[in-house]
Amino acid sequence: MTVDTELPVLTAKDFASDQEIRWCPRCGDYSILAQMKKVLPTLGVPREKMVFVSGIGCSSRFPYYVDTYGFHSIHGRAPAVATGLKVARPELMVWVITGDGDALSIGGNHLLHAIRRNVDLKIIMFNNQIYGLTKGQYSPTSPQGKRTKSTPYGSVDAPLNPLAVAIGAGATFVARSVDVDIKHLGMVLERAAAHKGTAFVEVYQDCNVFNTGAFEFASKKDSKQDHCIYLEQGRPLVFGSDRDQGVRLNEAGEVEVVKLNGVKEDDLLFHDEQREDPSHAFRLAQLRWPNAPEPMGVFRAVEKPTYDEAVDQQYKERRAKVGEGDLEALFNSGDTWEVK
Amino acid sequence: MSQDVDGSQPVEKPLETVDSVVIRFCGDSGDGMQLAGTQFTNVSAVFGNDVSTFPDFPAEIRAPAGSLFGVSGFQLCFSSNDVYTPGDAVDTLVAMNPAALKTNVGDLVRGGTLIVNEDAFDRSNLQKARYEIDPLKDENALAGYRVHKVPMTRLTRDAVEGLGLSNSDADRCKNLFALGLVYWLYDRDATPTEDWLKSKFAKNPAILEANLRALKAGYTFGLATEQFTVHYKVPAAKLAPGRYRKITGNEALAMGLATAAKLSGREVFFGGYPITPASDILHDLSKFKEFGVRTFQAEDEIAAITSVIGAAFGGALAVTASSGPGIALKGEGIGLGVMTELPMVIINVQRGGPSTGLPTKTEQSDLFLSYFGRNGDCPMPLLAAQSPGDCFDMAQEALRIAVEFMTPVFLLTDGYLANGAEPWRIPKIDELKPIHVKYQTENNGNGDGYLPYLRDENLVRPWAVPGTPGLEHRLGGLEKADRTGNVSYDNDNHQRMTNVRRQKVANIAKTIPLQEVDGPESGDLLVVSWGGTYGAVRTATQAARRKGQSVAHCHLRYINPFPSNLGEILQRYKKVMVPELNTGQLWLILRAQFLVDAIGFNKVKGKPFLVQELTDKMDEILAS
Repeated sequence: MTVDTELPVLTAKDFASDQEIRWCPRCGDYSILAQMKKVLPTLGVPREKMVFVSGIGCSSRFPYYVDTYGFHSIHGRAPAVATGLKVARPELMVWVITGDGDALSIGGNHLLHAIRRNVDLKIIMFNNQIYGLTKGQYSPTSPQGKRTKSTPYGSVDAPLNPLAVAIGAGATFVARSVDVDIKHLGMVLERAAAHKGTAFVEVYQDCNVFNTGAFEFASKKDSKQDHCIYLEQGRPLVFGSDRDQGVRLNEAGEVEVVKLNGVKEDDLLFHDEQREDPSHAFRLAQLRWPNAPEPMGVFRAVEKPTYDEAVDQQYKERRAKVGEGDLEALFNSGDTWEVK
Repeated sequence: MSQDVDGSQPVEKPLETVDSVVIRFCGDSGDGMQLAGTQFTNVSAVFGNDVSTFPDFPAEIRAPAGSLFGVSGFQLCFSSNDVYTPGDAVDTLVAMNPAALKTNVGDLVRGGTLIVNEDAFDRSNLQKARYEIDPLKDENALAGYRVHKVPMTRLTRDAVEGLGLSNSDADRCKNLFALGLVYWLYDRDATPTEDWLKSKFAKNPAILEANLRALKAGYTFGLATEQFTVHYKVPAAKLAPGRYRKITGNEALAMGLATAAKLSGREVFFGGYPITPASDILHDLSKFKEFGVRTFQAEDEIAAITSVIGAAFGGALAVTASSGPGIALKGEGIGLGVMTELPMVIINVQRGGPSTGLPTKTEQSDLFLSYFGRNGDCPMPLLAAQSPGDCFDMAQEALRIAVEFMTPVFLLTDGYLANGAEPWRIPKIDELKPIHVKYQTENNGNGDGYLPYLRDENLVRPWAVPGTPGLEHRLGGLEKADRTGNVSYDNDNHQRMTNVRRQKVANIAKTIPLQEVDGPESGDLLVVSWGGTYGAVRTATQAARRKGQSVAHCHLRYINPFPSNLGEILQRYKKVMVPELNTGQLWLILRAQFLVDAIGFNKVKGKPFLVQELTDKMDEILAS
C-alpha cells in the first residue's frame, strides 16, 4: 500500500472564510488580507496547523476572514494568548494580528515580553496612527500636534517609534511595509513567515475614514522612491527615483543623506540585516519621514533560540532523564508514616 | 529517657501524658521560626499525631530585627485525637525576643509554658518592643506563666564553638536549639529533623554540624537543667488506617493538578505570575514536567490568564492561580474564557483585601470578586476547598468540571489553607478517577461547516483543537451565534446565549454530590460555612452537640451551583448561622437565593476563627 503524503495544492481562495468582511470600503486592511491570502498557500503548512490570534481594533477582525483556526481575543492581549498557545502546542504556526493602539498602548507590555522571549510568533502590526474602531482618537503612534476627537487642539504626546521599541526589546526579526505596496508587502510577509522566532512587522495602513493620507509619502507610486529607502541585504543605502541619493555615516558617527555625485558607493552605509549588534537596525529605525528618507523592508533578521523551543526542550529533557512521572513516588516523597 | 551530660547522670524526669498541645514558635522574621514550626510538625506527624498548623508571618521578608511588626510565628496543634484547627490558645510559647513576647504572650493560656531567649532581652531590643521595664525582671509581668529563661544565644554559641563559625552564623542556629529543647519537652524523636538537616546541608559540613549540635544542645539542656522538672508525651492519634504524609494546601493543589495531567494523559499548562500566597503552586508545578505539566511565568496577571486561554484553545488542561489583586486583573480575561467556553481553572488563594491589603494574612473576602467580578452576565462554577488535603481533590474536581462542561471554573482556597499543614492519607492510584478529555474530530455540521457552538444535552459545546483538519473555526469575545459561533449582534440570539451560559453552569449540579450535614437532620441551629473555616466550625459544632445543643454543620465545597438539596436543608432548622472571614458574602448569596433569614458572623482580622468565638456566637443565637 502506498500512502500519499503530498500536500494538496492550496490557493488564496482556500484561505477565504465564509464571513462577510466588515471593514470600511477602501480600508488598507483589505490589501493586507489579500497579500496574506496569497502568501499562506506558499508556506507548505497545512491550513489546520495555522492559527491567527488578534486583539481588539479594526485590524483584529482579521482572523474571521481567514479560514484557519483563529482567535479574536481581548484588547492588547493577543501576544499573551499566542504565547500560551505556542508553548502548549509548539508545532503550530501562530500569527498575531494587531494594531498600533492594541500592540503599543494597552498591550505594550505583552508585545515587549513576547519579543524579548523570542516566541516563534509572526506579529503583524497594522499601524494607521489612529484609533479607528472607537471612531478617531489619537494613538501612541500619532504625530505630535495631531488633531483628533480627543485632541481638538493637537496632541501633545510624543509618539512611539514601533520598530525602535521592538529592536530595543531584542527583536530577532523587524520589518516595515505599506498596505498598498503589494509586492513589497508580500515579500515582507514571506520573510516573516520564514523567520524562526518573533517576527515583528509594521505595516503602514491607511485609515481612509479617520486618518486618510497619513502614509502618502510611502504609497504614491510616482514619489515614494524619493521618500523611502528599499532595504536590500548587503547593498548600500541608496534611494531616489533616479537612485542618486544615499545615506552614510559622517565623522561624528551620525547618519547623513548625501547626493551620490562625488560620493563613492563604498563610502555609503551598507545594509546588513544579519548583524548580531542591533545598533545598525536601531539607527535605521531612527530615519523617519519627513526628517529623513524612511527605510522599508527587513531591518533585522538574526537567528536565536526561540522560547517555545527552549521550553519544549527542557520539558522533554527532564522527561527523558527521569522517565514518566510516578505519582506514587510523588505522593510518598518526604516523610511518611503508616497508621494501622 | 536519660543521657550522659558532662559525665553526670541526670535524674530521670517524670513523663506525663496529655491529649493535645498547642505550641507557638515566634521570633524575628529572620529567626527561622517557620523552619522550627515545620520541623516540629513533621516530627509529630511522623510520630502519628494528628496535626494542624498556622504559619503567621509578616509581608516583609526581613523586617528590621527586633521590631514589633517583624515578628513571625508558627503555631501548631498536635494531638492524640482528631484535630481540625491549630488551636485557640497556646500551651507552650517559645519567644526569641522581647517583640515576639509582647505580641504573642496574650495568646498563652494561664499556667502555660513560656520559653524565652533571655539573651535577646537587651536594652535595644526592649526599646524596639516598647518595653519600659524588662518583663523578665518584672515580677508581675509574667506572673501566672511557667517562665523558663534560657540563654539561647550563649548556649548555641558554646555548642558550635570550634567549628570556625562567625557569631552571626552561630546565632542562626539558635532556632535549632529552641527546637531541640521543645523536642525534649514533648518527648519527640528528632531523627526526621536530623535527616532533613543532613540532606539540606550536605554540601556544607560546618553548617550541618553546627545545626546538629545546636539541636542536640537544646535537647540536652532540657534534660539536664533543673528548670524543667517534667516533660510530656502526646500519644499517637487514631487516624484512619493508611500511609500518611504532611501536606499544605498549595502542595496539595500542585499534586492534584499533576495527578490530573498524568491520569488523563493530557498536559496541564499553568500560566502564573508570582503573588503571595499563591506562588508556591507555580514553584511546585515547575518541577513536575515528568507528570505532563508545562509552566509559564507570565509578564503579568493578565498575560497569565490570557496565556491560559491560548493554551486551552490549543487543547491543554489550562490552569492559573493568583490572589485578590491578581484575580481582579484577570477579570476581563476570565470573561473571554466564559464567552469562548473553553475549559480552564482559576485558583484564587484569598488574602486580606481590598487593594494590596494583607498579603500574608488569610481572609474569605474574594467570594464576591470570584462569583460576580466580571462584566456582563458571566456565570461561572465556583468551588472552595475545605482543608489542605481537600485541595488535592478539589484541584481535580475543578478540572473535571471545566473539561466536562467546557467552562472556566473558579477554585477558592485561602492563605490559611495554602500554608497550613495537616496529615494527609496518601491515596492509592487506583482510587483516583482520571478526567476524560475528548476532542472533537468529526465535522458535526451535516455536510456544512463545523459548528463549534452546537451543544449536547447538558448545553456543552465541543472542543476542537488546532491541528484537526476540517474543523477550522474562529473563537472570540464578541457574542456568538448559536451553533455556528459566528459573530452575532442579533437581539434574540444574545438573550438565548445568555440563558444558555447560565443554564449550562446550573446543569453542573447534576454531577456534584448532594450536600451532607454533620449532626441532626433538623434542629435548632444550622451553621453553614465554606472554605478554610471548616476545621474551626466543625470543632465548635461537634463540641456544641456534646454539650447537648441541637446544632448541625453544613460545609459547602460547591458554591456555584449549590448542591441541589441545599435549599431544602436550610428550611429544616429554626436558625441558620453563616460564619465567614469577610463581612457577609456567602450570607448575602444564601439570603438572595433561598430567602433564608440567616445570621452572619463575621471577622476580618487576618486570622482564622477561634473555636471559642464560634461557640460564644452559637450560644448567643441559641439563647435568643
